[in-house]
Amino acid sequence: MKALPTYIIRFLLYGVLAAPLLLFGLYAFSEHWFFPAFLPKDWTTAPFTRIVMDPQTGNSLAASLGIAILSSLLSLLVGFPAARTLGLRNFRGRQVAWLIFFLPTVVPPLAVGMGLNILFLRLGLAGTLFGVVLSHLVPTIPYTIFTLAGVFASYDENFEHQAWVLGATRLRIFFNITLRLILPGLVVAGLFAFLISWSQYLLTLLIGSGQVLTLPLLLFSAISGGNPTSIAALALLFVLPPVLVIAASARYLNQHGNTVREQH
Amino acid sequence: MAPAILLVGTLFGVSLIYGLAQSLGLLTGTDQRTLSMAAYQNVLSGSEGVGTEFWPSLGFSLWIAGVSTLLSAAGALPVAVWLNHQSGRGRQMDTLALNWNLAFPHLVWAIGLLLFFSQSGLLARLAALLGWIQNPADFPVLVRDRLGMGIIVDYVTKEIPFLALIVLAALRSQPEDYGVVATNLGATPWQRLCYVTLPQILPSLISGSLLVFAFVFSAYEVPAVLGMPYPRMLPVLALDFFANPDLHHRAEGMAISLIIAAVVMVVAAISLRYEKRAGYSQ
Repeated sequence: MKALPTYIIRFLLYGVLAAPLLLFGLYAFSEHWFFPAFLPKDWTTAPFTRIVMDPQTGNSLAASLGIAILSSLLSLLVGFPAARTLGLRNFRGRQVAWLIFFLPTVVPPLAVGMGLNILFLRLGLAGTLFGVVLSHLVPTIPYTIFTLAGVFASYDENFEHQAWVLGATRLRIFFNITLRLILPGLVVAGLFAFLISWSQYLLTLLIGSGQVLTLPLLLFSAISGGNPTSIAALALLFVLPPVLVIAASARYLNQHGNTVREQH
Repeated sequence: MAPAILLVGTLFGVSLIYGLAQSLGLLTGTDQRTLSMAAYQNVLSGSEGVGTEFWPSLGFSLWIAGVSTLLSAAGALPVAVWLNHQSGRGRQMDTLALNWNLAFPHLVWAIGLLLFFSQSGLLARLAALLGWIQNPADFPVLVRDRLGMGIIVDYVTKEIPFLALIVLAALRSQPEDYGVVATNLGATPWQRLCYVTLPQILPSLISGSLLVFAFVFSAYEVPAVLGMPYPRMLPVLALDFFANPDLHHRAEGMAISLIIAAVVMVVAAISLRYEKRAGYSQ
């Protein structure tokens, strides 16, 4: 027999988390849903299809996906060796290195984006996909490093030494030992990098100079447009990839999610 | 290590230097060639333009960030303590549910609240269904309101799971025996909570709450969607001035942005002190 508070908390928790999807569904798949009708009478997929099929939506989705995937892969590539050193070694300047990675996680993208704006304009990086990816790396690399460093802190290097003694090549050690032990952390770190890049609005706006259009930018212009159906349809499209990615990596999150402090 | 430090350090460092230079009037596209504190003076004590809006905005930002942080902490505590008493499959599901929150970026969450709480939103329609109101205008203004309630609701509902996970991690890293000892010595469940559990998790909770404060104080999306034209939170004000076609305002926007960054860094530094006390510093 469970206590009533358990059910109440659980109801609130699951209710609040399911509500946005249901709400967007109501608005995205209906027409002529005027006040004071509580539920839509005309269900239709026409507006949703129109918005999703719009070339601008397609291009933004592709840009969003490309930027987020590229940012998270680069973050993992660059972050992995740094995290390993930070998690396993004690060295001079460790505090400084830690601080350099910590600061971008608290200083808002607003300040970073506004500062980089002029520089990237001068370098010709403003308005390019590469420039936007580069700016996204400022927050994504540190989060990747902190997630992975936490994993490496409880990593036993002796497994690698053992394999080395038994004659395994470096490549084999990496793929058969390091990668397998670190994989759950790697998945979670990549997930966080993806989410941060995916939901990034300010950096894309300030570095993309109106040339790089991603879903958050499209959403913002839909919000100022004020049509609830377009807003809801785009919002659905925007949460779909994160929802899928989180669902796919759920079991890893249960192991490692608690160790991460992440905001996006 | 080197590539990561180089990449992050250079980009971040250069952005700060360029930002500072712009706030001092250089590089803003105007013909100014000397350093000047004019932007800061205009922001802090100007009698027109940005000067009239900075202090109300600062007050509004502090109000939103303060209330959101306190309510999130107050809400996260029972959720975490309760979750810690769960076991087995239910507990796994609940932890997953808290992580599920990550799937919703703040922008999406704000849009959800907008569609739900606005005067022609779902809640207003429910009120009409129950016969409480006739017109959308009869429904109270809950989002895009003067007190920023919509913004606060957004942050509180998003940050409770965030803080709950932090507190939960602290609870799970504590030996269970203290509670058992207290019970053996005759402590009531309430005493156990106040004198055993709370002191164990307080440093983590404070450290996490300060991070929430810093985030809310400096984030742009939610106040941009759920806020009013006046008063605006500081990040909204900063971007508006920075993006102003009149290039003389760029420096003022940059100055506000750096003031925000300075506040955030101080808060984060205090948070780190508490995190060290919590015993799992990096």
